[in-house]
Amino acid sequence: MKVGLFVPCYINQFYPKVAIDTLELLEKFGLEVGYPLNQTCCGQPMANSGYEHLTGSTNELFTQNFAGYDYIVSPSGSCTLHIKDHLHSDEAPAEAKNIRSRIYELTEFLTDIIKIDNIKASFPYRVGLHQSCHGQRGLKLAQMTELTAPAFSKPEQLLKMVNGIELVPLTRADECCGFGGTFCVAEEAVSVKMGKDRVADHIKNNAEYITAADMSCLMHMEGILKRQKSPVKVVHIAEILNAAMV
Amino acid sequence: MSRESILNAIKQNQPELSPLPTEVDFCFEDINPVEKFKQVLEFIGGKLHAVSNYAEAKEYLDSVMPPAGQWITAVPEFQDHAAFVEPGDPHLLENVDVAIIKGHFGVAENGAVWVTEELMGARALPFITQHLVILLNKNNVVPLMQQAYQLIADKEYGYAAFIAGPSKTADIEQSLVIGAHGPRSLTVILTD
Amino acid sequence: MSAGKDHAALAQVFNNDENRVDWHDETLWFVRAKRDRASHGIPDWELLRETASQIKHNVLSNMHNYLVQFEENALTNGIKIHWAADAAEHNAIVLSILKEKGIDRMVKSKSMLTEECHLNDFLQDNGVEVIDSDLGERIVQLAKEPPSHIVLPCIHKKKEEIGDIFHEHLGTAAGESDPQILTETARQHLREIFITRRAALTGVNFAIAETGEFVVCTNEGNADMGAHLADVHIASMGFEKLIPQRKHLSVFLRLLTRSATGQPITTYSSHFKKPRPGQQMHIIIVDNGRSIQLGREDFRNSLKCIRCGACMNTCPVYRRSGGHSYHTAVAGPIGSILAPNLDMEKYADLPFASTLCGSCSNVCPVKIDIHDQLYKWRQVIVKNGYSTKTKTAMMKGMTLALSSPAIFNLSGKAGRLALRYIPFAVNNGLNPWFKQRDMPTPPEDSFTDWYKKNRKGEKP
Repeated sequence: MKVGLFVPCYINQFYPKVAIDTLELLEKFGLEVGYPLNQTCCGQPMANSGYEHLTGSTNELFTQNFAGYDYIVSPSGSCTLHIKDHLHSDEAPAEAKNIRSRIYELTEFLTDIIKIDNIKASFPYRVGLHQSCHGQRGLKLAQMTELTAPAFSKPEQLLKMVNGIELVPLTRADECCGFGGTFCVAEEAVSVKMGKDRVADHIKNNAEYITAADMSCLMHMEGILKRQKSPVKVVHIAEILNAAMV
Repeated sequence: MSRESILNAIKQNQPELSPLPTEVDFCFEDINPVEKFKQVLEFIGGKLHAVSNYAEAKEYLDSVMPPAGQWITAVPEFQDHAAFVEPGDPHLLENVDVAIIKGHFGVAENGAVWVTEELMGARALPFITQHLVILLNKNNVVPLMQQAYQLIADKEYGYAAFIAGPSKTADIEQSLVIGAHGPRSLTVILTD
Repeated sequence: MSAGKDHAALAQVFNNDENRVDWHDETLWFVRAKRDRASHGIPDWELLRETASQIKHNVLSNMHNYLVQFEENALTNGIKIHWAADAAEHNAIVLSILKEKGIDRMVKSKSMLTEECHLNDFLQDNGVEVIDSDLGERIVQLAKEPPSHIVLPCIHKKKEEIGDIFHEHLGTAAGESDPQILTETARQHLREIFITRRAALTGVNFAIAETGEFVVCTNEGNADMGAHLADVHIASMGFEKLIPQRKHLSVFLRLLTRSATGQPITTYSSHFKKPRPGQQMHIIIVDNGRSIQLGREDFRNSLKCIRCGACMNTCPVYRRSGGHSYHTAVAGPIGSILAPNLDMEKYADLPFASTLCGSCSNVCPVKIDIHDQLYKWRQVIVKNGYSTKTKTAMMKGMTLALSSPAIFNLSGKAGRLALRYIPFAVNNGLNPWFKQRDMPTPPEDSFTDWYKKNRKGEKP
């Protein structure tokens, strides 16, 4: 099984450790992981702003980069969802279609494809799990509170395998943090208010860390936590799952 | 004339025919209808009182309803207790305090009672009265709306309503207030 | 988009008072929580939603025939039918009905369609007084404001503010803000209105093709009080309110109020089939852009909407920006996919007033793909030229940087040009990101840099 690692642009630039942990984690499970060096971005920032028609070149690039892999794995629910829903290629339509059906967000790849049942990791802290909307409602990584259906959560299933971790319950289990791509600057007031409220929910419930399967949500919340000089920190789920045993 | 232009535009723009779902009566929950009906009715602000005959019902109403007020009924058996509603100008009902009518059946899941205008006497009566009393046979409670509409699917009426509890509003800061424009109370008298 | 009427700007004003935002958010979240409790109590909830969605899909696909059938049956029932192509025609029809009867005062129960048509203003300009009888609508009417929510019209007002309005207009004691007392005052005030008005207008929740009847749902009983005491009952409906058969109401009535407020059903679900003896009953069937929306494949499902307001209550953006920031009759997520159909330029901002979190689509009782339509409207709006030049320039710049691995992968944090094109990344004092948030300091190495140093780089 040949796995292609897709690292979202902002993770590549701002949070390289998240990508390193993702890579190491996949390697820990014995997978052959390739990282195409020419990758840039999934095109979502343009598409969500109404400029999907400008994403032709990023789409072609993405298709070229990832056409040869059995699976494509990414530490981001949002970017994965965008590729799943919107990747098209005029030059290689069949490859693009194949990629759409073979791309997985990291946690669902671990639970659904390689079906891991234990992780050697330790993270002895109180952690609040933020459900990113695109991961949860888009990729269905976890049951949504709006629906009348049995509960499940792939990220939680993995976190529960980590030594010493204590998951704190949240008052609003799956409310959006307000990042929303360009929404975060176009609708600054509402975006920040949503972020502040989300952070407050974790703090109120005594979280020391906020984790998620999407670094974009965490970057937004981190920005607010830092401005508030809060001791609460954000940590990507790959960083927890790859945290060394203590 | 707009009728033709609207209909033409619709005809042009509507998608290809998509079939109706054949099954809408799929819900059958295992519930005790009368018990559930009582529970829901009380939850939505109504009262339920069970009696074995009309004499008991009258005795009960005498003990709980304002005695000096204007009582009106559309139930022939209650004419000794309340004036029988006359057809005509609904404005004459302006000062009714207690209205006593019959209901066809109740619905357990939402505490609603189905009443057609024949049972109301006048359409305005169940709304304009300060207090509404509905007589309901305890054998006529169905579990869900699906069964309710099976009973009324092809019935003829000029006006009818599901009535579920007293008139209410929560328009001011979501604070529930009973008695918005219609009845301040709804009492369902469950008869044998 | 028209100056000064932009959602982001109006939402920013709304956010100046954070305590009020918290209060607004909590009040609506309370309604969402009630909706959850009510829906989770129905084991077949998701099947009900799917069935409702399919019934509505059939209605959309057979709209022409159902309308003809409905009209024929309603006429047989003794109801007069009118057709209005747009808001102006709708309003003119209402006026002509009233004039024919020599009526210059009307009572009206809740109808979002008449808000959409600005009926009240039109009638007042033509010498007809209209009084809204739904308590929430009466409050905003006295305050000279539009409703901020389709089900909870004055959800943006605190009881103290309502107390002040009642003190001024209805003579309650200064400082009185007890909801019980205010509601009782409105009851007395509106009872006099119901008794004296000869014409009543109501909305329509559902119209049944098979029988020619229509159903109006209220908790207060105001539609019935108005209609049963008036000589003339006018019901205004968008044509999409049709359903095929009476039995289909079982599906919709189970869903509507549970989705709206968490109640099992509204207090009154009134089925109007024939006028009472001596009464005139009119139905005005309104298009006003709906037939165009029906032709838009990506957006026609918005016509399935039964106006429960669940998408507004669950929307984290609506809760923190208030209904008025949407500057249209129907606010919130559903309003943001309906409004651009009517005026793409004026409402170009609304599909962007969302994080696309998807909660709206999940609560929708008729399963409208609301957040997907928001995404699709964004594409249509940009393609039709209703975006700003700055934004287009920024997007083109970003596309250029992200299409070129060479530009993107320039190493060293100073060299990584791509950062400049990520809209939240540049701290230049103008970037709104930094108003209330920090950014991480760019690390020395990007992941690609690290990978080249630590793993053998895979050739493209």
